[in-house]
Amino acid sequence: MGEEKVRILVAKPGLDGHDRGAKIIARALKEAGFEVIYTGLHQTPEQIVNAAIQEDVDAIGLSILSGAHNTLMPAIIKLLKERGIDDIVVFGGGIIPDDDIPFLKSQGVAAIFTPGTPISETIEWVKKNVKPRHKRK
Amino acid sequence: MTGKLSEKVLKGDTVATARVLRLIDDGLPEAREIMKKLYPHTGKAHIIGVTGAPGAGKSTLVTKLIGLYRRDNLKVGIIAVDPTSPFTGGAILGDRIRMQDHGTDPEVFIRSVATRGHLGGLSKSAWEMAKVLDAMGKDKIIVETVGVGQDEVEIIGLAHTSVVMLVPGLGDDIQAIKAGILEIADIFVVNKADRPETNRMVRDLEVLLEMAGLKEREWTPPIIKTIATRGKGIEEIREAIENHHEYLKRSGKLEEKIKAQREKELQNIIMEMLREKIFSRIDKEKMDKLIEDIASNHKDPYSIAEEILSSILN
Ligand SMILES: Nc1nc2c(ncn2[C@@H]2O[C@H](COP(=O)(O)OP(=O)(O)OP(=O)(O)O)[C@@H](O)[C@H]2O)c(=O)[nH]1
Ligand SMILES: [Mg+2]
Repeated sequence: MGEEKVRILVAKPGLDGHDRGAKIIARALKEAGFEVIYTGLHQTPEQIVNAAIQEDVDAIGLSILSGAHNTLMPAIIKLLKERGIDDIVVFGGGIIPDDDIPFLKSQGVAAIFTPGTPISETIEWVKKNVKPRHKRK
Repeated sequence: MTGKLSEKVLKGDTVATARVLRLIDDGLPEAREIMKKLYPHTGKAHIIGVTGAPGAGKSTLVTKLIGLYRRDNLKVGIIAVDPTSPFTGGAILGDRIRMQDHGTDPEVFIRSVATRGHLGGLSKSAWEMAKVLDAMGKDKIIVETVGVGQDEVEIIGLAHTSVVMLVPGLGDDIQAIKAGILEIADIFVVNKADRPETNRMVRDLEVLLEMAGLKEREWTPPIIKTIATRGKGIEEIREAIENHHEYLKRSGKLEEKIKAQREKELQNIIMEMLREKIFSRIDKEKMDKLIEDIASNHKDPYSIAEEILSSILN
């Protein structure tokens, strides 16, 4: 009877002013049948976490081009934990050097998609790895 | 589980409220048990609808209104509806972009909702979602409808006060304003008043209201010019919303509206339960067989529906 949709927040933290990448991924996720909450540019980790909670999303996709991924991504995961949430899948894309990926994963980031990854690969990964949180337990 | 969730909602807990809204939106059976517990705590909030064409400036207006309400320490809940793609079932919910100034205020709860195929400018879940925000203690609940044009009139059932936004020179000219949207407006807003044609639009609208006989009613919808991006005219809208609420209370119209809403709610709930009961009793295999009979022109769907219903209801 119910219709369980997967909801994903696509957010753009940091100071750089380009949201082309974020919009492309948002649109691709919509085309794949997801409900995408898009919050625009220059989001602080607090804004992102609050939106994720109020919207009860299953995953957060972060697009970071500013080079600040090593601080922003862990900050978001830490804030989620402080609010008692450990089951929102956090993934990211943008200009992220391969060398930083092991650190980000150790901080709880589930996947990183670097430039050049076909968008279809990202979508396939989301389909496989993100399920509705209220059905997971 | 459901008991805990509803208690938490009543205490204003954000995480629990967000989850309850999800259960409702997804139509899960727990939602109904939770609603039973929350329902007695509803009926306090003032529900305001904001509707208008795509890009009219609804979200921009909503965020400015939130600011004014917060200055007075009122708690605010927002339900912002955007369309689901009929082709993919997906949606991009972007109303929040304009509301992020309030993104970290614990007394502001914003929820983006997709229509999921429901027509009328709202989601099917919007009614119950508004109830939940009411139960969590919000004073003002603002519902932003899908911007679809002229047919999104379901909001009038849900909102106590409906704000209709128009924009000059957007093809939103006077001919395009159909009776439907005229009738539902408690307040008209002509936004983007920084554009030319604003005054003409206001004049045309006045004539239209006059012709429709709306000026002789007890409540004449005011027409307010705004530049939402600059916050111009927002105080006036807030005041008009308050005036309208006072008018509803004073005239007994609020009670009437609430009664009509309760009736609609009850009907919806009965229909929903009936639907579930009926479809849960129809055997899938038997159904497939009957559909084949129809497809091959052996039987007509009317006779089959009659047969099914009489076998279930007796
Ligand atoms: N010039 C001008 N632009 C405005 C005004 N109000 C809003 N806008 C702009 O209009 C665009 C749409 O505004 P929104 O608030 O997103 O409109 P909306 O009605 O919520 O849009 P949908 O939810 O997509 O239907 C934005 O770029 C706003 O900055 C105004 O008074 N004047
Ligand atoms: Mg909007």
